[in-house]
Amino acid sequence: MTLPLTNDPAALQRAARANGPDWLLLAGFAAVGAVYVRALAFTPPEAIQGPAQRILYVHAPSAFVALYLSFGLMAITSALYLWLKDEKLDRVAESAAEVGLAFTTVVLVTGPLWAKPIWGAWWTWDARLTLTLFLWFIIVGYLVLRGAIDERGMRARYSAVLALLAGFLVPFIHLSVYLFRTMHPMPIVLKPSAPSMPADMQLTFFSAFVALTLLFVGLLRARFRLATLRDLVADQEEAT
Amino acid sequence: MSSADVALARPPGMLRASWLVASKDLAIEFRTRTAFLSALVFALLAATIFYFAWDSTAVAAPDLAPGVLWVIFTFSGLLGLQRSFGVEQADRAIDALLVAPVDREAIYLGKAMANLVFVCGVEAITIPAVMLLYNLPLGRGVLALAAVALLAAIGLVAVGTLFAAMAVNTRLAELLLPMLSLPFFVPIVMAAAGSTARLLAGRPVAEAWPWLRILVAFDIVFVVACTLAFPFTLEE
Repeated sequence: MTLPLTNDPAALQRAARANGPDWLLLAGFAAVGAVYVRALAFTPPEAIQGPAQRILYVHAPSAFVALYLSFGLMAITSALYLWLKDEKLDRVAESAAEVGLAFTTVVLVTGPLWAKPIWGAWWTWDARLTLTLFLWFIIVGYLVLRGAIDERGMRARYSAVLALLAGFLVPFIHLSVYLFRTMHPMPIVLKPSAPSMPADMQLTFFSAFVALTLLFVGLLRARFRLATLRDLVADQEEAT
Repeated sequence: MSSADVALARPPGMLRASWLVASKDLAIEFRTRTAFLSALVFALLAATIFYFAWDSTAVAAPDLAPGVLWVIFTFSGLLGLQRSFGVEQADRAIDALLVAPVDREAIYLGKAMANLVFVCGVEAITIPAVMLLYNLPLGRGVLALAAVALLAAIGLVAVGTLFAAMAVNTRLAELLLPMLSLPFFVPIVMAAAGSTARLLAGRPVAEAWPWLRILVAFDIVFVVACTLAFPFTLEE
């Protein structure tokens, strides 16, 4: 059930109708739903933090998807676009940015909700928080830049330059905010010693990663198809 | 044609070409002085506004000054950067620049050099003015502070010049420049303000060293990256 990357709109329309619902996207949502039922009803609460800890199952996987998958994909496809000039790469970067913005927003909303009862403050200027906030600003700027350019080739080149430079910027923001002391919980699963999390919680935690990654892939593909269709429509309008 | 004429007709090299672009921009600025004066007056006004925005009995001037200085330079720098490619929009002057037999990178470097002179000019007047207005002690640290100011200005200008070239071609024009540049200015402002604070507190230069290293690394990475990226921002 892939949409053919053809320039013939009639064939495309037929394919879109034949495809039916976007099963991958639906599976992503279903998996996320299932994980949260498990997280809320069937996973024991944490001894000290109580119910607040359960937000970890949304927060950490969303951060992984936002910071590593979306932002990484955005920077890499942008660099490749400048080299190969393939419009598909630009559409992937565009889709990754938009989906990444949603996940980054989830991270920035769930973080303070957890931090208020546990740290006693909604926000601290800790290294990871600051970096995430600035990534959010950069992605917003990226999308505003795209919206402000009509010509497709120029839009692709400009936004690719921005995303590529943003990739270079991340270590600098990280390094400079790290010179302030960090307060964020250190990794508790992926660390050299054994994970300090009971098996029950670990299963929920890892399922949440898988579910949110699946949702990310589903959203990314749906958004990529939308971008493809939009460009095809633009081509058609230009031709007529 | 004599051999001297042939030599003149040869396209200039990279450095010479960028110097020609920079001197053109500086000549325009020197004759009109509009951007420089407005950026400078903005910087001085902002310094006085900042002073009254804080309770000077609660926050000591040396604690306030580094932040004030670097916020001011960031914003007044944006004023100059906007103009950098704005002047090329009139009568499509940029087209003449693009058909000139020089490398695209040289155009960027020239623009950046002119902007660097601009920002350093604002800094050279604003820093002493703030020292004076805020009654700041600064003995041996003055050379180190000048070095910090120069390093930070290079970083601001490297990124800002590239984004100014992009912003001017978009529908939002100059409104877009702060939105694109400010996230990139964060490490510069943090490093510059951090080292300025230590120098103003009379600490040894070595204490500012970690921040200075970030500034130097930022300058190297972004001058190279932006120079290479600039040709992509021009119409093909």
